[in-house]
Amino acid sequence: MALNEMTGALDTELVRKDFPLLARSVHDRPIVYLDSAASSLQPSAVLRAMEEYYEAHHANVHRGVYATAEEATNLYEGARVDVGRFIGAPDPGREVIFTKNATEAINLVARTWGATNLGAGDVVVLSEMEHHANIVPWLMLAESTGIELRYLPVDIDGRLDLTGLDAALDGAKLLSVTAMSNVLGTINPVGLLAERAHAAGALILVDGAQSVPHVTVDVRALDIDFLAFSAHKMLGPTGIGVLWSRANILEDLPPFLGGGGMILDVRLDRFLAAEPPQRFEAGTPPIAEAVGLGAAVRYLEATGMERIRAHELALSRYTLESLAERLGEDCVVFGPPAGEDRGGVFSLAFRDVHAHDLAQVLDQFAVCVRPGHHCAKPLMRKLGVSATARASLGLYNDRHDVDVLIEGLAEAGRLFA
Amino acid sequence: MADLEDLYREIILDHYRSPRNRGELPAPPAQRVEGFNPLCGDEIVLTLLIDDGRVSDIKIAGTGCSISQSSASLMSAAVKGKSLDEVRQLIGTFKSMMSIHEATLADEADGAPVEPEPVDVRSLGELAALQGVVKFPVRIKCATLSWNTLVQALNEAEPQLA
Ligand SMILES: Cc1ncc(COP(=O)(O)O)c(C=O)c1O
Repeated sequence: MALNEMTGALDTELVRKDFPLLARSVHDRPIVYLDSAASSLQPSAVLRAMEEYYEAHHANVHRGVYATAEEATNLYEGARVDVGRFIGAPDPGREVIFTKNATEAINLVARTWGATNLGAGDVVVLSEMEHHANIVPWLMLAESTGIELRYLPVDIDGRLDLTGLDAALDGAKLLSVTAMSNVLGTINPVGLLAERAHAAGALILVDGAQSVPHVTVDVRALDIDFLAFSAHKMLGPTGIGVLWSRANILEDLPPFLGGGGMILDVRLDRFLAAEPPQRFEAGTPPIAEAVGLGAAVRYLEATGMERIRAHELALSRYTLESLAERLGEDCVVFGPPAGEDRGGVFSLAFRDVHAHDLAQVLDQFAVCVRPGHHCAKPLMRKLGVSATARASLGLYNDRHDVDVLIEGLAEAGRLFA
Repeated sequence: MADLEDLYREIILDHYRSPRNRGELPAPPAQRVEGFNPLCGDEIVLTLLIDDGRVSDIKIAGTGCSISQSSASLMSAAVKGKSLDEVRQLIGTFKSMMSIHEATLADEADGAPVEPEPVDVRSLGELAALQGVVKFPVRIKCATLSWNTLVQALNEAEPQLA
């Protein structure tokens, strides 16, 4: 395990050895990966698990009786248990649904729970800091059924303004919010939001795409109703995501997609849907990806989410301090100051250099950051910018990465002086 | 940083810092078209006045990176006062300068680099400064945004002229 023997803290030098892509060079410089909010890197353990699966166990799941088919099924279902344990799910075997990604998980809720529980005039509360994945499915539902959308505003520090929370929740059926902003890094008080939503008689869906990889998320402790996240942002592979919900909620929902694997019986004129979670997993699922996700979860658990959070919090402090110290007022970082309610996501504006140009210059330093609107156009409009350059941290980043980022920003400053 | 200097040539930075024909013409009578680059959020508003078969005035508003903004500025300067035929021709030449690279890339992937058809960049004047963009494939969309918006404006305007 990649820990410092003396302090028990994360030893980044050891951690970095686990991630093969970090050995790469780009433009003759060692890669500086600061784009984990878009997608994280994968440790060898994940890659090996997937390779082993294909080399020794591959078969379709849930149907065969031969040895490898049973092994594949056990591996797939084992991943479900791993994921459930990781998020504190009381009953993983019935509550953890594998989807394509967080986006599909949220769409699943909108199309099944939303379509059967919401009608014209019913209220869904979102926030201004949502990713398009947690806006567009509800806008689509609004178009088809006439539900009303309300938005919790974002204040000037980039936090949710909760002064009007109870008014917004009044009469609402669902509160659907991100646990951590992919633009501002803001970590929202999910426990409190859940309490207030429930008090108002609403359910709460949490978009955990950014939080699950970086802070401990326990669905029971938070007392939430739905949780959506993606494997590829939490050291796992692309192509698989998760929807968790309570068994008693899932039991009442109609299927999402139709096909094989989600039925108990099919006749020419009707079908009988399977129990959750199979009811929501039509067709051959992403088996190797589930195996990879299981390995990613075990890697995170072995490293310890508390340690990861402590490391990223310290590095966030260093990043914000260094940016301020070395670039001064030239560099604006959106979002709250470093602290317990902020994750390692930094949306930067540097003088009037456009984000696209910043990212281009940074690429010459082998620094990977993301320019653009980060799929959060309503929030960008609120911030009054069309694009930012976003640097985001993972457990494998260190101070040197931040230093190179700053070196690259300074060069952009010279070029566009 | 030789490559970057190829991309960010002096003319480009100059047009980025002091864009020509900035603003919006009252529409109508001007043709008004908005262009978006959904990948990076660049937005452009192009207003265009056609008079007697010529682009008598053009203005550009919106936000974007140095490449999209300078390309729009260079384009506005290049088409202003030109006949619609000349403008169409210029669009063709500019686009082939931008797409040469895509063709070269495809050939290289096959392992057999082929000399692309040469484009007469001299006819492009200052616009030739954007040639360096082709070495940065993701930025080609930035450079062509205003041009595609111009094409759309022309397509919308021409039936009204007939
Ligand atoms: C907050 C948030 N929600 C949802 C998503 C969507 O994730 P995916 O594209 O994996 O479905 C993202 C990813 O960018 C995100 O940051």
